Order: sequence, then C-alpha cells, then structure tokens
Amino acid sequence: MGPRGELPAWVDLGLIPLLNLTVALLVAGLVVVIIGENPLEAMWIMLNGAVGSLKGWGYLLYYATNFVFTGLAVAVAFHAGLFNIGGEGQAYMAGVGAAAVGLGLEFLPWPIVIPLAILASMAVGAFWAWIPGILQAKRGSHIVITTIMFNFIAASLVGYLINYWFRPVGKMAVESREITGAYIMSFREVAREFFGVRVASSPLNFSVFLAIIAAFAVWYLLWRTKLGYEIRAFGANPSAAVYAGIKPDRIIIITMAISGALAGLMAVNEILGVQHRLVLGFVGGAGFVGIAVALMGRSHPVGIVLAALLFGLLYQGGSELSFAKPGINRDMIVVIQGLVILFMGALEYAFRPALAMLFFKAED
Amino acid sequence: MDLYAEIFASTIRMSVPLVLAALAGLWSERSGIVDIGLEGKMLAAAFIAASASAVYGSAWIGLFFAILVSVGLALVHGYASINQRGNQVVSGVAINMLAAGLAVVLGNTWFKEGGRTPSLPPAGRFMPLDIPGVSALADVPVLGFLAKVFLSHSIITYLAIILVVLTAWALSRTRFGLRLRAVGENPHAVDTAGISVAGLRYRAVIIAGVLCGLAGAFISTSLSSSFVRDMTAGGGFMALAALIFANWRPWRALFACLLFGFLQASGNYLQGVSVGGVQIPVQFINMLPYVLTVVLLAGFIGKSIPPKASGIPYTKDR
Amino acid sequence: MTSQSSAIPAIELIGIDKRFGSVHANKDVNLLIGQGSIHGIIGENGAGKSTLMSILFGFYHADKGEIRVKGQPVRIKSSSDAISLGIGMVHQHFMLVDPFTVLENVVLGAEGGVLIGPALDKARAELTRLAHDYELDVDPDAIVGELPVGLQQRVEILKALFRGAETLILDEPTGVLTPDEADHLFRILGTLRDQGKTVILITHKLREIMAITDHVSVMRRGEMVAEFKTKNTSVEQLADAMVGRHVLLQVEKGKASPGEVILDVRNLTWKDRKGVPRVDNVSLQVRKGEIVGIAGVSGNGQSELLDVISGIAKPTSGQVIFEGKDIGVLGDPAHVRAEGLAHVPEDRQHRGLIKEFDASETMILGWHHDEALGRGFRLDRAKVIARAKSEMETFDVRPPDPLLKSAKFSGGNQQKIILAREMLSNPDLLIVGQPTRGVDIGAIEFIHKRIIALRDQGKAILLVSVELDEIRSLSDRILVMFTGKIMGERGPEADERELGLLMAGVAKDAA
Repeated sequence: MGPRGELPAWVDLGLIPLLNLTVALLVAGLVVVIIGENPLEAMWIMLNGAVGSLKGWGYLLYYATNFVFTGLAVAVAFHAGLFNIGGEGQAYMAGVGAAAVGLGLEFLPWPIVIPLAILASMAVGAFWAWIPGILQAKRGSHIVITTIMFNFIAASLVGYLINYWFRPVGKMAVESREITGAYIMSFREVAREFFGVRVASSPLNFSVFLAIIAAFAVWYLLWRTKLGYEIRAFGANPSAAVYAGIKPDRIIIITMAISGALAGLMAVNEILGVQHRLVLGFVGGAGFVGIAVALMGRSHPVGIVLAALLFGLLYQGGSELSFAKPGINRDMIVVIQGLVILFMGALEYAFRPALAMLFFKAED
Repeated sequence: MDLYAEIFASTIRMSVPLVLAALAGLWSERSGIVDIGLEGKMLAAAFIAASASAVYGSAWIGLFFAILVSVGLALVHGYASINQRGNQVVSGVAINMLAAGLAVVLGNTWFKEGGRTPSLPPAGRFMPLDIPGVSALADVPVLGFLAKVFLSHSIITYLAIILVVLTAWALSRTRFGLRLRAVGENPHAVDTAGISVAGLRYRAVIIAGVLCGLAGAFISTSLSSSFVRDMTAGGGFMALAALIFANWRPWRALFACLLFGFLQASGNYLQGVSVGGVQIPVQFINMLPYVLTVVLLAGFIGKSIPPKASGIPYTKDR
Repeated sequence: MTSQSSAIPAIELIGIDKRFGSVHANKDVNLLIGQGSIHGIIGENGAGKSTLMSILFGFYHADKGEIRVKGQPVRIKSSSDAISLGIGMVHQHFMLVDPFTVLENVVLGAEGGVLIGPALDKARAELTRLAHDYELDVDPDAIVGELPVGLQQRVEILKALFRGAETLILDEPTGVLTPDEADHLFRILGTLRDQGKTVILITHKLREIMAITDHVSVMRRGEMVAEFKTKNTSVEQLADAMVGRHVLLQVEKGKASPGEVILDVRNLTWKDRKGVPRVDNVSLQVRKGEIVGIAGVSGNGQSELLDVISGIAKPTSGQVIFEGKDIGVLGDPAHVRAEGLAHVPEDRQHRGLIKEFDASETMILGWHHDEALGRGFRLDRAKVIARAKSEMETFDVRPPDPLLKSAKFSGGNQQKIILAREMLSNPDLLIVGQPTRGVDIGAIEFIHKRIIALRDQGKAILLVSVELDEIRSLSDRILVMFTGKIMGERGPEADERELGLLMAGVAKDAA
C-alpha cells in the first residue's frame, strides 16, 4: 500500500491534524526550554492569563475576532484554490474606508454611520483583493505575488493617506482624529452610557458578533448556495468545473472580492471597535495569522472559529506571559504561528506514510 | 555634489542585500522552487550574524553562523518542497514567521535588550574597505566623487558584484547551470536524461541559503551595527519583485536592484522628491518598486515569464 | 517465433510482468529485437506497449522478468543505466527544454565536464556529421520551443544519437507529424537501420508498420499475442491480431426507429493552440431514437469533438446545430446543457466527478443551477440529497449513500453516478465518451441497457468509445474517426476487420 493510500476519515481529518498541531507545539515547547524556561509553567501562565479572568476573556475574544475575519478571508480563497496572502493589506486599506465614512459622515446619527462604515470597510477590502483577482483572471498574474505586492503598496499608501489627509493639522501622532460615533461599538462604553454600569477595561466590542455572523455567512455561502458550490467545485477540480459550465474568471474575481471583504472586516474590529481612529500599522500581522488559522481550521468556519480562539488565547496569554516572565518574549506567538503553518501546511503529510504503515500493519 | 555622491553611494549600499537576495531567489526559482522565504532567511541571518559577532567579536564568525542558519532554513524549505511535495508558498510563509519570531525571542533571551543585539564595535562589523590612496582623492573633482560612490564600501558589496558575475557565468557556462536551468523548465527532461531532480533542487536551495546568509549578515553587520526586530523591512519581497522585474536573469536583477536601491536611498535622503514643482511624498517612492512589479506582472510593460516548472512539485507520472 | 539468424539480438525481454495497482499492464511479455532491424510494436491504446518500453528505458521497474542487451543480462534501474547501455528513447511527449537551444538540449546530461563549452563545440561538430549521415538537419542554435514539432522530434533523435544510442525506441512518433514529416522520419529511420542501428517503433498505425518495419510484434491487453516478419504478413492479419476475436457482448436491442435530425454538425474544425486541426472538417448528424457510435483509436480527435459539441471548446470553424440552433457559437457548457444536451465525459476522474465532493454534490455537477434544487442563489441541501438518493436507487449505485465521498466509490459506481446525473436530466441528446472504461462486467451490462433504453424513449445518443465491440453492440450507425477526420460510415453489422482498417487509416471512403 502506497503512502498516499486510503486512510479512514477520522485519521485524515482528526488524527493527522492533531498530530501535526502537537508536533508544532512540542517544537515550540522546545524553544521555551532552549531559552531556559519551563514550558509547562509557561503554558499554565498563558492559560491563566487568557481564561483565568474576565479581562483575559475580553482580550482573548477581541483577538479571536480579528483572526476569525482574516482566517475566513484566507479560507474562502483556499476553497477556490487561490492563496490570498494579501489579507494584511486588504484589512489595512479597509481601515481607510471605515475611517473615511466614520469621519466624513459624522454629522449623521450613529445608527446610520456605523453600518455604512462597516460596509465601507468591506467594500474597500474587497476592492483591494478584487484587483489581484482581475489581474489573475484576465492577465494571468500570479495571485500570490500580486497580493504580496499589494500588501506593501497598501502599507505605503495608507501611511501617506494618514499623514497627508487624516492627520489633523498640528497633531504630532500619525493618526486620524476620533471617530465620534464609534464609541457605540464598545461594550464598555455602551454599558456605561446606557446602563450606567462600569465594566473592566476591555477591547471587546460588537464586532465579535459580526465575526460569528461572518463565520455563519461563509458556511452558508460555501455549502448552501450555488455560488459556493461553484467556488468549491472550481477549487477542487478546475477541469471538472469547466466541464460543468462554471466560468473560472468569474469565480476567481468574485472569490477574491469576498475574501477581501472578510479581511476588511478586521478593520471594523480594530478601527471602529477599539481604536476609534485610524492609526498607523493597526493590522499588526493579523492578516498573516489568518493563514495559520485557516490552515489549522481546515478552511471550515467551525474549525476557523476554534483555531481563532486558540490563537486569541496564545496572543492574550502571550502578553501575560511576557509580563510574568520577561525571559519569554511576546514574539513567541509568532514562532508558534510559524510552526503551525509549517507543520499543518507545508508538512501536512509528513507523518502520513508512517501512520499509514502503522495502520495497515494493524489491519493485517 | 556631495549630496549626490551620498545618494549614489547609499544606492549601492541599499542594493547589496537586494542583489544577494535576488540572486538567492534566482537560484532557487530557476531550479523550480518558489522562494517566498527570502525575507525570513535574511532576517534570521541578520540576527545570527549580529549575535555571533557580538559574542565572538568577529564579523567573519558572525557571517559564518549567519550562513549556517540560513542554509538550515533553506533545507527545511527544501525538505517541505522537494521530499514532502508541500505547498512552497505555505512553507515560505512559515519560514518568514519562524525567523521573525525566533530572532526576537532568542535575542531577548541572549542579550536582554528586548530583541535588539548589542551595538557592534568596528571589529565586529564589515566596515568600508580602507583602500590605499582613496582618501587622497577626496578633494579631486571627478575622481573624488567616483571614489566616494564606488570605493566607500565593505567587502560584501564587492563580493555581491562578483557573485552576480559568478552566477551569470555559472548559469550559462557550466554543467550545473545548464542542468539547473533545465530542471526549472522541464524536470521530466532532466529525469529522463538520467539526472537527479531532487539533487539539483537541493543544491539550488542551499545556494539560496548561502546567499541569504550573506545578505542578512550585510544588513546587521555592515549596513547597521546591531540587529533590531524586522530590520529586513520587506527587503526579501523587494528582491523577489526585482527578480520578477529582471525576468529571472542575473545582470538584469542587478540593475533592477540598483533601481530599487536608488528609490530607497533617494527616499531616505530627500524625504520626498519634487517633480515639476509638485511634491511627491516619500510613500509613493517607497511603493514604486511594488507598483512597477504589479504592472509588469500584468503584462502591461513587457512580459515576465517565470521558469515553467516553478512551484510545481515534481512527480514522475505526467 | 522470429527466425533470427545467428546474430546476437540487440534486446531481449524475457517474462516481463508489471502491475499498477489493479491494472495488469504487462503479462509475462517476451520480446526479441534483432540487431540492425526496425521492429514495430503494434496494439490498441492501453495494450501495454508504452509501459513495456518505459521498463526497457528504466523509467519503470518490472515486477518480474529479465532484460538482456546484446546477450548480456542487465539491470536497468534508471534512464541513465539505459542510456549507458546504448538505449535511446524518443518519448511521445518530447522531453525537451523549450527555452534551450538545440545544442543545449542535445548536450544536457551528456556534458562530459564541468564546463559546457567543449561539449557544445563537440555537439556542434557531431550534429553536422549526423545531419549529413542521416538527413537530420536542424539549426543547432535555434530555440527548441520555437521549432515545429517535426524538428523537435529530430532534436530528440539527435539527443539519443549524441549519447551513442545503438537502439532507438520511438513511442508513437507520427502522432504529431504531418504526412510529409512522417515520410521524412521514415527515411531517417531507414538510414539508421542501414548504418547498423536498431529501431523499435511503437505505433497503432498499420500503414507505418507495413511501410518501414522488418518485424512486428502485436500486443493486446498487456500480452504479446503475435509476432510476424513484416513481409510475410498483411494489414488484415495484423488488424485481426490487434483487435482480437472479440466475443460480441450480447445486448438485447430492438431495431431503431430514427426520427428527425436533432444534432447537425457541419464542417466542424477545431485547431489546438499550435494551429494543428484536431477536429478536421467533420460533418455528422444524429437523429432522435438512434445511437451513433464514433469508433477510433484514442487520440484521433474524438475527445476534441465531444468538447466542441458540449460547449467546452469553441469551434474554429463550422457549426454545431442542435434543435435548429447553432450552439457552437455559445462556447458555454452551461448554455448547451440548458438547451437539453447532456454529456458523460470521457475522463471520469478529471472531469466527470469531483473526488472531494460527496456523491450528492457530484450528482448535481453542471445541473446545480436547477431551480428545483433551491430557488435563486440558494442550494437546498435536503433536496440535493433527496435527488441523489432517488437517482442512486434508479441506477443501482452501491453503496446508495449520497454522503459518501465520490472518490470512495468503485469505478463502475462512479460511472453510474455520472450516467444517472446526465441521463436523468431528461436530455434530448446524450453524448457519451467511454461509458464503460475501467468498469466491471456487471456494471457494463447495466450501463449498456440504460443507454439503449434511453434510445427507445426516442432520445438521440452520440457515443464515443475506443472499445470496438462496445461500439458495434450499441450503435445503430458507426462513424470511424482517424486523425480528426471521419473516415467512413458503416452499419452495426460491419465486419470488424473493415472497421479496423478504417481505424488504422488504411482505407478511406471516397467522400
């Protein structure tokens, strides 16, 4: 039996990913040992820091919200066989859309401004992914390269826009002024404003519901609509899709736009939900975390929500850890991300031949 | 005049890591292995070079370890891409993250400066070569200018130029170059000619590792005097852009890198350029390499054709 | 069987056996190739010719058997072993590096030193000599990718000769050539033989065998079934051996009662990217209530014809008139389906189904826009599953589990899934490619009955198959395709040999 022979579904979908994740975490533990700390203790501090208090949960969910959006963005593209590395840039550009609408339509009441700002985030994010989509579909430019380039273009472009257009005259900090209607997104502000209750400081805001809706919407799109069917068919087998009358160009362009819109929602959480103003570099790598989340969540919304929660835990726990143990830097999370991507993505099948051998030996 | 000399000299300095990384990408991709991980390898090398140099007090030792680590990462990429037939882009992304994270985590542990490495003394750095007689030229009109532009660099800069020549020569004139170019275009042709596809590709990724090691060491021990987080600042991707711009050819890659290096240098020195009375913000200069690459990829100016087999794992059946 | 003179044979294959999973590609094959001869190996597609030669060239390894070169037993572990034993191969798909020059391609793998300069010089001189000796002229500095295929093939031959090949294997060398180029190739091969080289020619074209070989071996279903001296045999005898005495599968079939013309293909031509006409001025009609079979060795334009009719490819010229409408101009499978044309594709794995999808999802592929499956943009999972369930029962798909992954069904059941999907869409015209390829006997019978039942409902069917007995047992009319052209039309009672000759391009009806 060859190494790529048939294994039962629970091995392929359950055991192998679990094994890969375990190996990734073991290697991460090894790094902790190398820097002279106790990985079990570190793990305990992280867990405690993330889920041991209400505040910890608030941060965990806030981080997870970002990762659900960027993870879904990567996953939708994966389903069409496309690798969108541009979530970072798409989210960054989307922040401009949110801020432009939020600030530009300030004179309107928040029930109008906020939904419009959310739509603007999605639209601008979609636009920033739509161009690479068009270039791939019509001109054959490789989506991986163009989306990488678009990340850098966005980085410069948004920097310019904040500096030259959003920054109030005379202000030193490179950021826009406050989006006044945005306070309504924050749980803390709403609790104080409408209920007179003071709650612990937390960045958690209404975007978390948006993340749940987005996860459901992606599931619905992919598995309950004709368009989703076409996206999956094209991604799984392009020549069968062409046989079925599915148009590749159309699928590439639409999928990229949807992917970009999802990445754009990350700006809602960050700009409207937390910062309430457009700030430099607010995406902070969340677009790349999305790749790890999508790979770990096997591109399924449920898996992505779980993976996003895990990464939320790592991020929040990681900051607590770096307070408690100055020896372990917060960037340990980035190491774990890298290991997850390596073992769950590029080395996805590394353990499969060995498992298959074990499995078939047991069967004999 | 002095400002121009500064800008041109700086252009060359800025181009060196780009040139080395672009050559690394060239070797890898012409063998059929897509390398998104140039950035990560460079970053890891920059960190290790600065660390080892700080500890051992020698830039050369720093360079040695930088190359060692960069090759190590290259081999991880090679294993994932060649043996495991994994997704090469995913593997590259993973390596970038691993490098970015590990550099800061280890740096923090080793030097307790929040991921930064200690400032290196001149002995721990690749300083501009002290070429006899050059200082005497400083005030000579044209020669002084040229000396300042071309003779004010460290050994790695000159090595980089030699490596361009060497790469161009090896690719076009040697057996290894011929086979490497072939394996990136049609691995089946190589296999049926009785040559190992995997062997060629491993050699290519190792070369890419060595070159990224040089590039990284240059950044932290020549261009700068310590490692700081994210110090490669997207240089690996700009090198990738230059490589595409150069249509995967060594000499053209050199010129593309010089162009991009010039854009970086002039951005740094001028903080914006005025064209016909209109101020062009520095951000536009910074994004220009990427915009140019996208336009090129879309086939609006010329055509860039990647090696046909790049990114596709090799399997015997067709 | 070959009465070879006392000379030691160039190549001996003894008891070669090779399996790929469940496919027994070579069964205990023995073959003797005489020195300085042109030896043809003929057989239908899938007869095992290419596998056998790939084993000889070290690309695959035989499970059993022995190879002898010039009487010496040898082990060929890789292509480089074969090359060093003086064996060269010209593959069906050329193994050339397109952006390289002719010289670079010739030298690749035989550089002789670290620098390629000396090798290039040597190759240039050698090429001049070979050009002179064998009519193998080609500009050494030309970029290979820009050369016409005939010249690319010459480069492949030059590569082998430059490496000192004594025995040259050519796999279907004329498939890509014009008749003129083919004639030139045969002259070259003749010269090679006269200079003492040994040539093995794999082909399915009888004309070529008769024209240039000295000996011919016939393969069928993995076995070596006959061997002749070419001058002692005839086209008819070879056709018999190649096709075999098939037991005609008994399919109960009443007489057809053809109605009006529903599909009218007029002067249809389709050229590939290189401008080679793969479908060449084809005209045919299919009426309601009849099965029209297209026979032919695969690779003679049948696949492309199906693609154009089903809208996957757009015709280069000519028309595809379906129910009075030119559907060729649409070039869109979705539109063509909506007009009432169903299509069972030849390539089940790559086109017909999506392995990752469960059966219910594969069963709506191409028909997913049906409003009955969900209004507007929606796709109602319950309805999709319900449809799959009922269709699976109708077609006796086993297991009848709509949630099982498509990849997990056996070949026969996968094919039933596809047939159920297409046939139960109630089409006016069904086009079917290779309906029973890789399908077990039980399923074959079922599928055949279904196709005939559909005809008896008054539907039109266009059938493409490389299985001649399938064509003969199902079709009401038989068209034979060869190199993109229709060679002639026969009734189902047509003699096998006659069809075999048409398929081999030997005879052509005066059109």
